[in-house]
Amino acid sequence: FFCLVSFTMSSYDRAITVFSPDGHLFQVEYALEAVRKGTTAVGVKGKDVLILGVEKRTVAKLQDPRTVRKIVKLDEHICLAFAGLTADARVLINKARVECQSHRLTVEDAVSVEYVTRYIAGIQQKYTQSGGMRPFGISTLIVGFDTSGAPNLYQTDPSGTYSAWKANAIGKNSKTVREFLEKNYTEGDRDSSIKLTAKALMEVVESGSKNIEIAVITREDVTILSETEIEQLVTQIEEEKTAEDK
Amino acid sequence: MADTVIGIAGKDFVVMAADKSRARSIVIMVNEEDKIMNLERNKLLGASGSPGDCSQFCDLIQKNLNLHRFKTDVPLSTNAAAHFTRNQLAQALRKSPYQCNLLLGGFDEDEGASLYYLDYLASLQKLKYGAQGYASYFVLSILDKDYRPDLTVEDAVALLHNCFAELRQRFMINSPNFIIKVVDANGIRVVEQ
Repeated sequence: FFCLVSFTMSSYDRAITVFSPDGHLFQVEYALEAVRKGTTAVGVKGKDVLILGVEKRTVAKLQDPRTVRKIVKLDEHICLAFAGLTADARVLINKARVECQSHRLTVEDAVSVEYVTRYIAGIQQKYTQSGGMRPFGISTLIVGFDTSGAPNLYQTDPSGTYSAWKANAIGKNSKTVREFLEKNYTEGDRDSSIKLTAKALMEVVESGSKNIEIAVITREDVTILSETEIEQLVTQIEEEKTAEDK
Repeated sequence: MADTVIGIAGKDFVVMAADKSRARSIVIMVNEEDKIMNLERNKLLGASGSPGDCSQFCDLIQKNLNLHRFKTDVPLSTNAAAHFTRNQLAQALRKSPYQCNLLLGGFDEDEGASLYYLDYLASLQKLKYGAQGYASYFVLSILDKDYRPDLTVEDAVALLHNCFAELRQRFMINSPNFIIKVVDANGIRVVEQ
């Protein structure tokens, strides 16, 4: 009688994310806590433009700041910003990038923003319902233009839910930023959308321009604003603020 | 084998031509086929052989090179892309081979222009000029005679026309139309349709 029992296999069967008596998935909620500790990311949808802004955590003196990337390209026309565990983000972003190319290969067409958001959210949900795995500790903001030419901004979170937004914030102090956006959002042109994003970030980011990175996504391309451009923008906003306060 | 692909590498450009017909048995199905795939912004991949394998394989290479660019922020050099392509052919060789013969030409800032010859048995060779398909039996001697390393784009295109003339005269599978593409420092452009 030949009995094959693989204990290594069965030890990864046990679910980690299970319901509490009052219907909570605590692992998911703890993951959201991890997101809340991550650096802030803001997304704004303009008339023909999408803006992603992130808070850049102050790098250590000997660290190369260019290698700390929080706004990434998933495909030619789609960008993603995240808040939470950077390593988890790297894994999820890689999966999404592969899916973008795989989609192009099989259907000879680029992904839509909703498709890739649904895909990422699907993976995040899978990891809340699988043995031996914990949820991803990140929320994402995904932006891009779809084939009809309309701009899209989506958000996903560790539970695997996703929804479309006109403007949103994730990460540290995201509540404050979202309230600011709710008060001040209008569907503007390129410059006013950039300004709104910068203003929203400056509500919660200390010491302005060195800690802000902004990406501008139009139908044609993706541009990351240079340090000088951000400096000018921040100075302009601060000047306007002092003029208003007077 | 019936597909014609010819490539010529100058000092700072690569010119690649391919015939435009897709035929089976006695029927010409398509006269406007583009058999040269654009890889990123600086490489051309011309394929000759079994039509399904060729288009599938070229698509696979193109999408994988794109993925590499998104993952690493840097596009692969022509040399690296050629070796990657060869590797894909080699991995499939002892399982389910791609019946696909390729010419991969590209322009890199530091290397200049380069042309690579790959065949369905996963061989790889860097060349100054080359051809795939039955056409190679006819045009290689013309390229041997008239190729010079200091060709301009116009010279190379004229040389291609000499090749086409020879094919029209002597090659039984008469392909009236060719597409010519050039890749250089300014990217990829179609010279002639």
